[in-house]
Amino acid sequence: MPSLRHVTPAKDDRLILVGTMEGAFVFRADPARRAWESGGPYFPGSAVYAMAYDARAGRQRIWAAPNHMHFGAILRSTDDFGQTWTEPVEANVKFPEASGAALKQIWQVAPGRDDDPAALYCGVEPAALFASCDAGDTWSLVEGLWNHPHRPRWQPGGGGLCLHTIVIDPERRDRIRIAISTGGTYVTDDGGANWRATNTGVRAQFLPDKYPEFGQCVHKVAQSRVRPDRLYLQNHWGLYRSDDRGETWTDIANGVPSDFGFPIAVHPRDPDSAWIVPLESDQFRCTPGGRLRMFRTSDAGASWQPSGDGLPQADAYETVLRDALAVDSADPCGVYFGTRSGKLFASADEGARWTELADGLPPIVAVKAAIV
Amino acid sequence: MAILFVISGALRQFAGSRTDVAVAAAAGPLSGALAHLWAECPAVRDRVLTERGDVRPHINIFVNGEDIRYSGGLDTAVPDGAEIFLVPAVSGGSRRS
Repeated sequence: MPSLRHVTPAKDDRLILVGTMEGAFVFRADPARRAWESGGPYFPGSAVYAMAYDARAGRQRIWAAPNHMHFGAILRSTDDFGQTWTEPVEANVKFPEASGAALKQIWQVAPGRDDDPAALYCGVEPAALFASCDAGDTWSLVEGLWNHPHRPRWQPGGGGLCLHTIVIDPERRDRIRIAISTGGTYVTDDGGANWRATNTGVRAQFLPDKYPEFGQCVHKVAQSRVRPDRLYLQNHWGLYRSDDRGETWTDIANGVPSDFGFPIAVHPRDPDSAWIVPLESDQFRCTPGGRLRMFRTSDAGASWQPSGDGLPQADAYETVLRDALAVDSADPCGVYFGTRSGKLFASADEGARWTELADGLPPIVAVKAAIV
Repeated sequence: MAILFVISGALRQFAGSRTDVAVAAAAGPLSGALAHLWAECPAVRDRVLTERGDVRPHINIFVNGEDIRYSGGLDTAVPDGAEIFLVPAVSGGSRRS
């Protein structure tokens, strides 16, 4: 087995959680973010599509969802930054027998609201939402979504039929938004009992009806925490903003080299600022022109400005996947992303300049940022 | 009569690092023999079977050398004194095994 090392973060340190196709890594830096050190690899050989940091109720808990090719996916957590991990005897996220389904992948782990520190959610493949009301000790299928009449008509995208995005509304207690490839976005206002599709204005390039009620291949959704009516959406072809909490969506692909891409992240304090990484097309899922550039809007999508300072600008045919972009809540905020070629980049100035933290990690599928 | 389970490769970590696990089970279908193994090594079950009760695609099970894919799956007859091998497929496993 590979040699393992750990980091020992202190209060206010910055964390980057990195999930890869061959395990997980934890990076830390002090608040100045000039020098980073890394811990891992954790779960070597397992694909880790989902990671999360849970700081509620005084925790310092990292969640990870290693998926072992032979033994399946499981949720594990550590309260000491990776030195010890929970080892569930039984799979903790699993479909009830009556569902007739079997878990393929855990795509997302999301802590619930700050004032409900026992709530935790995870999104999985086949597309379903699981909830825990005891801080992850036990999990149950959210039946309201599983039994939605649209579900039989959801279709798998390139990554499978997965629920990959969970957005916890910062103001409305029982509102949760999820996104499914390929199903679109759905929202509940009663904690999960009832769900409705909210895809008005979002294009489905691959369907005869380009604007159906559901069936869009939504790649990622991000909600402003300071202005929760404002959301951004990166679609499989299409870049959108909503100013009515996701009820309707407006095209904001203004001046970007492509409106195809996977991740989108919103600024922690400025609802007009968001970041994307456009890719050439769904047929060539690499950065256009062999240049790795982050695009930022500071005017809610009216325009987008590229930033490549510190990023490779020649022969860089990179791919940044849907969960491989994250921002922290520092001021100025840190922006972090990883590539399918195993490069990890960080910016301490909101994306103006970039530093390569790692080159040669396994393919990166998840990047999460946190402050200890 | 004892039935011997032989646990290979990385699957051993879920059986307390044991390779051989003998269970007192009568002849019958494989699913019945496995129930004895789950009782002895509970962490092995969810690593071998999905929640639907299907054998995971990258786990191989052999009863007296026969791959159960071709002998009836979990209904495969297990005679007294059988050896049942649980083997993570060639797609992975411990380098030391």
